[in-house]
Amino acid sequence: MRRAVLLLFFGLLVWGLIGWAQPGKEYVVPADTSLAAVAQEVFGDAAYAPAIMRATNAKSLADPAFLKINVLDMKIPAGAKLWIPERTWAEAFMAFWDPNRPEDLFGGGKLVVASWWTAGGEAEGLNALFEIYGKYHPDVQIVNATIAGGAGFVFRAVIKPRLIAGDPPDTFQLHAGLEVEGYSPETYLTPLDKLFEIEGWTEVLPKDLLDLLVYKGHYWGVPVNIHRANVLWFDKAIFDEYGLTPPEDWDEFFSICEKLKAEGVVPFVMGNAGGWEAAHLFETILVSTLGADGYKGLWTGETPWTSEGVTKALEILKKILDYVNPDYAALSWDGAGEYLIAHKGAMMIMGDWTNGWFMAKGYEGYGWAPVPGTRGIFDALSDTFCLPKRAPNPINALGWLRICGSKEGQIAFNTRKGSIPARTDLTPEEKALFNPYLQSCMEDFARDAIVPSVIHGAAAIESWVTDFKDAVNLFLVTKDIPGTQNMLVEAAEAALAEMGK
Amino acid sequence: MRKRWLKGERFVTLLLLLPSVIAVSVFVYGFIGWTGYVSMSNWNQLLPDYTFVGLRNFFKLFAHPRFQIDLKNLAVFTALFLTGALSIGFLLAVLLDRKIRAEGLFRTIYLYPMSLSFIVTGVVWRWLMNPGSPQMGSTGINLLLEKIGLGFLKSGWYTDPRVGIKAVAVAAVWQMSGYVMAMYLAGLRGIPETLREAARVDGASEWQVYRYVILPLLRPITLGAIIILGHISLKIYDLIVAMTGPGPGFSSDVPAYFMWETAFHANRFAQGAAIAVILLLMVSLLIVPYLIFSVRREAEV
Repeated sequence: MRRAVLLLFFGLLVWGLIGWAQPGKEYVVPADTSLAAVAQEVFGDAAYAPAIMRATNAKSLADPAFLKINVLDMKIPAGAKLWIPERTWAEAFMAFWDPNRPEDLFGGGKLVVASWWTAGGEAEGLNALFEIYGKYHPDVQIVNATIAGGAGFVFRAVIKPRLIAGDPPDTFQLHAGLEVEGYSPETYLTPLDKLFEIEGWTEVLPKDLLDLLVYKGHYWGVPVNIHRANVLWFDKAIFDEYGLTPPEDWDEFFSICEKLKAEGVVPFVMGNAGGWEAAHLFETILVSTLGADGYKGLWTGETPWTSEGVTKALEILKKILDYVNPDYAALSWDGAGEYLIAHKGAMMIMGDWTNGWFMAKGYEGYGWAPVPGTRGIFDALSDTFCLPKRAPNPINALGWLRICGSKEGQIAFNTRKGSIPARTDLTPEEKALFNPYLQSCMEDFARDAIVPSVIHGAAAIESWVTDFKDAVNLFLVTKDIPGTQNMLVEAAEAALAEMGK
Repeated sequence: MRKRWLKGERFVTLLLLLPSVIAVSVFVYGFIGWTGYVSMSNWNQLLPDYTFVGLRNFFKLFAHPRFQIDLKNLAVFTALFLTGALSIGFLLAVLLDRKIRAEGLFRTIYLYPMSLSFIVTGVVWRWLMNPGSPQMGSTGINLLLEKIGLGFLKSGWYTDPRVGIKAVAVAAVWQMSGYVMAMYLAGLRGIPETLREAARVDGASEWQVYRYVILPLLRPITLGAIIILGHISLKIYDLIVAMTGPGPGFSSDVPAYFMWETAFHANRFAQGAAIAVILLLMVSLLIVPYLIFSVRREAEV
């Protein structure tokens, strides 16, 4: 009996050790030596000694069989057990470790991850990343610092004062694109160019996304996923009942609306309680009336805001308002989605996090199509994680960023969150892990023209996004097309002047 | 002479006061000054930029369509909130003053909403005033109206841009009128019965008693209530956040909400500070005359 227990105990211990194992290898020192000599031998470069010291110390926190190394030039006795990290981790460590911070050579400590993923599939995805991190860095205590609030509008208001005050989390969520301007990255964030190079991410991320990630010549965030903003969701039961097919253009869309309205069904549902949902809708309409290049030009100054396409988009939005649910101002986008689930509303336009939400709700009777007039265009946004300059545990954060960019991390995260990986090097077997919507989304992403979402931080600086949002919200009531277009023109002039500054 | 001044009780008093004087001067007046300074700077991105730009932020603000709507909303809200809370509070106080049975119970019931935070009030009233729709059915007040056969009175409440801030004022009146009642009740109890008797003997009707005897005697209480409600009203923020947000077409937006958005969403910290300064000036327009008034009265006494 006792033996069996002992055996079980050792079995568990061995299993645990293997389970913890971070990629790398054990190394037993044959004769008295120094870290520099070991580094010379295994990496061919004595300068990697600190990376070995950190990896071994982190190991020794969980397993005392490993040597605890107190100083870099400590004598390493024969028979001591070291941990040699994998080469990319050693390189990343050397690129980001600040020699003035000897405390980073000891492992352990915390990792504070700040995000706005608090519920449902998003929280599950985040937890999957935490699990992977815990597997590779069992010495680190993860602190999940989430701040709720639609699309991160509240989150950003909390993070900014912390950055200014010099008290940032170790890493925080950031939309890819010009949103980074709002954080003054040159002052508050660490450029991640070296990490992209070491991990080979420039090879596996699509070029459109890489372009979006560069601000002032540097990469500031590691993308974990891609979402699509221009999706039209519809309730199949209603479409079947009235013999409808998803609309390809706005004329078809409005004839469907007219038909459904007569039947007492809400043709188009939206929510605007968060204050950004209507602007999201308007953004996708702009993509449809201006096309990919025309829409992109709006944010660079190449397409004038006085153009015909903008007027047409406002006309379409105005017309849509005749067919929406009357309580839209009281609902958030998911509240509006309840109309589809109850088969009381037929269509809605929202980003593809809706797919994850529908899944969580157990609703399967939904169909999807691109927003009318945007077939072949992918209105994209991406969530990234960054490294604040004054992060209390920068090396722990570095380990986090590597996992965010890894295939393992992105598959685990995105299958749960309901988005597609930012990496495009997935094998067909790996793609099969995703649900049908996400698989079709991956195909579109590889094929379509990619345009950056504005309301989700990719296309414009934050002050512009705010003005854009305000103009649309005012329009919902005034329905004043020339006046709103004028406001949009002024917002663009102010923002372009500020960006040129 | 100087030594004697520093000696004894006076010295101890000064010593005891010093920490709070220093704390208040730094954390209240120091930051007021700082906000004033920022409001005239060019800090309109995340990185502080203290270039002096004079009153430019203020001019821009007053030309801003959203801020114009906000000021209008604030005026409507303050007017409705003050008249609503004062009149309902006074009415309740007069009714309770009639020496009715179970006065304590009613007093507690009326005073109770005040013990809630504006966040709770906001959430509850958001549900009560939920507009609902023909397809998904009604909830809250609309459901009630439907059930008692007054369905034609159903409204979009705060989602109707014509109502907007007025719906928020209803919630605020619900919360604060009990408090006004308590103040008036205390005042009414302080008026000797003999005064009313005297008026009645002189042939005054009950209406005239209230109009010409009671109300003038309650003037200090009315003034106090106006000051307290007025400054709550000008600074209103939490109720809006919990109940409506800025609303359709900013129909329930207020300067404090705009301040938060423009500073922390749009990174226009100088503009946010300018709104803060305007709010401070509006509140002081209300408070300062009152302070002068009460200091003078104390001096007279």
